[in-house]
Amino acid sequence: MANMCPYGRFTHAVVRGIPETFGKVAGDGGENEATAAVELAKAQRQFGCLTGALRQKVGLQLIEIPPDPELPESWRIEDVAVIQGDTALITRPFKQQRRSEAEAVRRVMSELSLTVVEMGGEQGDSGGATLEGSDVLFTGREFFVGVSSHTNRRGAEVLADTFRDFAVSTVPVCGGARLKNVCSMGGPGTIIVSNSDGAKKTLRMMEQLTDHHYDVLTVPEESAANCIYVKGPSKRDFLLHRPAEECPESVSAFQKLQDYTLLPTACSEASKLGASLSSLCLLINRKHTHF
Amino acid sequence: MTTESGADSEAKQPQEKKETGKGKAKAAAQPTSPQNHPEQLPAAAGHSTPARKEQQKEEDQESHRSSTSRLSKSPLRGVKKVKIMQCKVTLLDGSDFTVSVEKRAKGHVLFDKVCDHLNLLEKDYFGITHRDVENQKNWLDPTKEMKKQIRAGPWNFAFSVKFYPPDPSQLTEDITRYYLCLQLRDDIVSGRLPCSFATHTLLGSYTVQSELGDYDPEEMGSDYISELRLAPNQTKELEEKVMELHKTYKGMTPAVAEMHFLENAKKLSMYGVDLHHAKLVGNLYESLAPAEGEDSEAVEIMLGVCASGLLIYRDRLRINRFAWPKILKISYKRNNFYIKIRPGEFEQFESTIGFKLPNHRAAKRLWKVCVEHHTFFRLVSPEAPPKKFLSLGSKFRYSGRTQAQTRRASAQIGRPAPLFERSSSKRYNMSRSLDGAPIMENHETPAKDGSMDGAARVIAKEDIITTITTERKAEEEKAEQEDFLRDTTEPAPTTPLRYDTKRSPHLYTCDPLRSERSLPSSPVSSNKVRRRRRESQRASSVSPAKSGAGRCRRQARAEHKAALLKEQALLLSARRQRLEQGKRHGGTLFSFSLHLPDLSSILDEDGYLTFPDLSEMRFLPECAQSFLPIKSPSLIPCFLFIFFFLLSTSFSVPYALTLSFPLALCLCYLEPKAASLTASIAQSYHEHDSSEEEETDSEHTDFAFDGEMTATESEADEDSEMRTQYSFIRRVKGENVFIRHSNLMLEDTEPPPEVVKHQTNVSELKRSFLETGGGSSGGVPGLTEWEKRLSSSPLRSPRGDEAPMIEPLEPQDTKDEQPTGDEKKEEVGPKGITASADQEETAVLGTETETVPAKQMSPDSVEAAAKDMPVVHTETKTITYEAAEVDTNGDADPGVLLSAQTITSETTSTTTTTHITKMVKGGISETRIEKRIVITGDADIDHDEALAQAIKEAKEQHPDMSVTKVVVHKETEITPEEGED
Repeated sequence: MANMCPYGRFTHAVVRGIPETFGKVAGDGGENEATAAVELAKAQRQFGCLTGALRQKVGLQLIEIPPDPELPESWRIEDVAVIQGDTALITRPFKQQRRSEAEAVRRVMSELSLTVVEMGGEQGDSGGATLEGSDVLFTGREFFVGVSSHTNRRGAEVLADTFRDFAVSTVPVCGGARLKNVCSMGGPGTIIVSNSDGAKKTLRMMEQLTDHHYDVLTVPEESAANCIYVKGPSKRDFLLHRPAEECPESVSAFQKLQDYTLLPTACSEASKLGASLSSLCLLINRKHTHF
Repeated sequence: MTTESGADSEAKQPQEKKETGKGKAKAAAQPTSPQNHPEQLPAAAGHSTPARKEQQKEEDQESHRSSTSRLSKSPLRGVKKVKIMQCKVTLLDGSDFTVSVEKRAKGHVLFDKVCDHLNLLEKDYFGITHRDVENQKNWLDPTKEMKKQIRAGPWNFAFSVKFYPPDPSQLTEDITRYYLCLQLRDDIVSGRLPCSFATHTLLGSYTVQSELGDYDPEEMGSDYISELRLAPNQTKELEEKVMELHKTYKGMTPAVAEMHFLENAKKLSMYGVDLHHAKLVGNLYESLAPAEGEDSEAVEIMLGVCASGLLIYRDRLRINRFAWPKILKISYKRNNFYIKIRPGEFEQFESTIGFKLPNHRAAKRLWKVCVEHHTFFRLVSPEAPPKKFLSLGSKFRYSGRTQAQTRRASAQIGRPAPLFERSSSKRYNMSRSLDGAPIMENHETPAKDGSMDGAARVIAKEDIITTITTERKAEEEKAEQEDFLRDTTEPAPTTPLRYDTKRSPHLYTCDPLRSERSLPSSPVSSNKVRRRRRESQRASSVSPAKSGAGRCRRQARAEHKAALLKEQALLLSARRQRLEQGKRHGGTLFSFSLHLPDLSSILDEDGYLTFPDLSEMRFLPECAQSFLPIKSPSLIPCFLFIFFFLLSTSFSVPYALTLSFPLALCLCYLEPKAASLTASIAQSYHEHDSSEEEETDSEHTDFAFDGEMTATESEADEDSEMRTQYSFIRRVKGENVFIRHSNLMLEDTEPPPEVVKHQTNVSELKRSFLETGGGSSGGVPGLTEWEKRLSSSPLRSPRGDEAPMIEPLEPQDTKDEQPTGDEKKEEVGPKGITASADQEETAVLGTETETVPAKQMSPDSVEAAAKDMPVVHTETKTITYEAAEVDTNGDADPGVLLSAQTITSETTSTTTTTHITKMVKGGISETRIEKRIVITGDADIDHDEALAQAIKEAKEQHPDMSVTKVVVHKETEITPEEGED
């Protein structure tokens, strides 16, 4: 239909800078000790590398929303919106404190003249629904929503209601992970997935639920399973993946991808907080090609 | 067909049809023309009922007309005054089409009329719906009387798309696509096909283009779009966007716009998904993600049936999906619907998932839709109706063409693209865009078709051995018209034969056929019956050796007929049912019971199929009905047999009566238990033989089918099918490879074949062979049990020298009618007990049954009995039962052999024999193709590969048939000295 084209065509990327409160978990009363482990400067450097790669190597137009120290997790911009075609669904993250992150994103979406769909308030049909973008895998043909600690079925329903052209399947995500932690798109018909047991289970479910065929690229390390694939304006295949220092065993797997431009992109600091490469950006395609 | 007598009206029809058929024969045939084979058809249609010649004639003719078979009318029918009903059919463009049909007309009559009205040739994707009292949509079964499907209320229908083609671009005609578009527009506007705003816009713009043509600011103004309904809630914004897009389509023809429309619509996730409300029974996988504290039992879900399988939705979310290959079996029971799932990679056992439907009818409806979708999209050719009996399954099957068949058929469409008016548009009165369109259509389509047609014809020519279903037939009709003249000899003789049968004055002489057919269904009887049938077939299948070319041609012809026969199977069986019903009322208990077996297949009055239930045994006292064995369909056959047996021995009616009923009850009580065992034994024991049997078991056929789609209530039966899948592989070793393709015409009655047991059987077989070997060394040296069996088969590989396969050593043949049968030679085997000596046989067998229950009594093995004795296993008991019953059957029914052919080809190490047999039994035609490949040689032959190759070839040669059974024998086993595996 209107919006159905192979996965990976993007023109814009929206990112949000790393605030100095990076590492503090939103709404966390300080019980989280992991905060000490992250290095803000390193995180910012890595963020810079990512955005640089997206802009200069891949060739996307980059829109950077300035960081907001009040919103320590706002850099995980993927969570707050799900974008497909010219529709952006502003999600309702699991944590109450994160919901104000959407404000700035919503503005950007409007500026890009996307149709912004709200998940709605706590009342109404979607009451109790939570959805985070990192639990949503869009393959170009359908959506998989990981029902995880942060995303529930109601949230998935709202997503299904928003993107009616597509099949929206729910899959279980095990072990407190997020769907995109265990898999991501590695090409128009390729899913990269880690070979942990949980990931395999999820993948099996996805295979059962889909009407389509996907190639599966299995990587030995879980953190390697999250990549960013973009078919740039130059029609080349770009894959941003974790570098060899972070995922030594998986690099060889990526080399199997024919004719790809591999862009190793470090993400060690964000990943300490459970995020990964794709968490840091929203990808948008403003050039619609109707069938 | 609104005339008074059905015969007249139909007589006209066929004429026209014949003409059209011939007329178009050279210009590539229309989809209907595939069915126009007047010359051949007679051979194909087997009718046993005498009083109905005329009707049959008409039906035969009629059956040419549409692939969605037609059923015969009940014999009583001609007498009655024909009532004409007015049907109002709502067409896809919203208009109503009123047409009158006979009250008793089958669904296809109306359907064909509507399609004619719509000028639609690719009609297999469509169907007619009727809303029942609950306002639920039901598909009108083309093979059943409309009046039975419409219980109450006005005869209002709707014409709809039944099977949404996954790739509409493969449709041949624009007009077909147009109707599909209309359906989809309705789906969209009604919200059944949800889509996003962007998609509404896009699809709407194509609709506008195809309906209104190019955007014309002067003529159209600014709100021309609001006249059209494009979305469930159409906003001004949507209309504006549609207009924007519309302006960009200048010059796009309606056909192209529709193509774009479809190309986009087909990608929608709910495209062609037929949703049914249900609740979960038991728990589905964890993906269900029940909300906390939610009771999974109460979860409301939707089941979506589509081309690829069964989808399970909860609200809008897809929570599971079962592709057709993953589903082994579909069944329903009361208001529950079950699917049995093939075990996954890491699972050991199949699982069954149950759903609760709102009511029984909903479950049935869902089940039928599943069966139809599975058949249409997944199978190459429709499945024969189940021949089983014991499982109490519904015999409902999809009777139309499958997608594969319909595609082939529509590739033959050669007419110039018809001009048609896009309903609301009046485009043809309008202007330029029109000029382009039709012309282009005219040019394009014929060109395309021409080439395709040519190709198809080539195939038909080269690949004569291929089984041909109707459409293929059409091609061949053309291609081989010259041949036809030559070959007419073949079909021709059969015609008189058939009429003979029909004409035969005493109804019941024919009816016994029926009872024979049905009896086998009782598990106990299967063995014998099979054997019997096999024998008669074997005998009849003896065909004079022919020159290679002639053979081939003949085979092709035979296969033609096979296909036709197959087409008619459903209708015939339905006719049979009707007959039964008719008789039920008027007949004595005796005559009624003769037909009883068909009770199991009786249709609901509402056009549904139901399990046979107690209510159908109305003649039984209430209290007795609750007694299980009474429900057994084989009770009456058993009873009858015992009765007659006792009668023949005692000559005392009261004695026979009193004894036989309890005995029959006992038998039937044991029956379910014995069933599987028996079947398997029968199989193993006669593995070789049974390879000729005519079952087409979906359960066996893992090549072609995913699994089985039956409604069944028998658990045991389910289990057996499962294992089938696996057992096959293991059987793949051996020296002699027999492959049989069979098309079961008979709505038969075999007990559920228990492939499961096959394993056991094989080992059993081995054992018995070994033992036999030992025994036979004492007996007839050199003639082992195995060899004997072989010898009884037309093809005897070991000795199967050059001229070999043609002579069955012990044809039990059969039937006075047969002599009239074609040019086939009937031989009464020297050793065989002629089947016509039924009475004697009954007595003999009966005696054996009684006195020597442990012996194996199969008629063909009577002569072998001496040798067999030592080998007899406990199982033989069961066989004895069968033997007994068979006899009854045998008496009852000779079948009429329509034709039989044997074709042999050899290479150095292999001998291939193909048998094609067509029989008419009790009004049902049955065609089997059996292929035996005997590989002689040393052990270094890769048997697995040979088998695989053989199967592959077989499938290629007969794409429309399915490999239903593969039996592998290793001959070394017979000989005692080579006793190892």
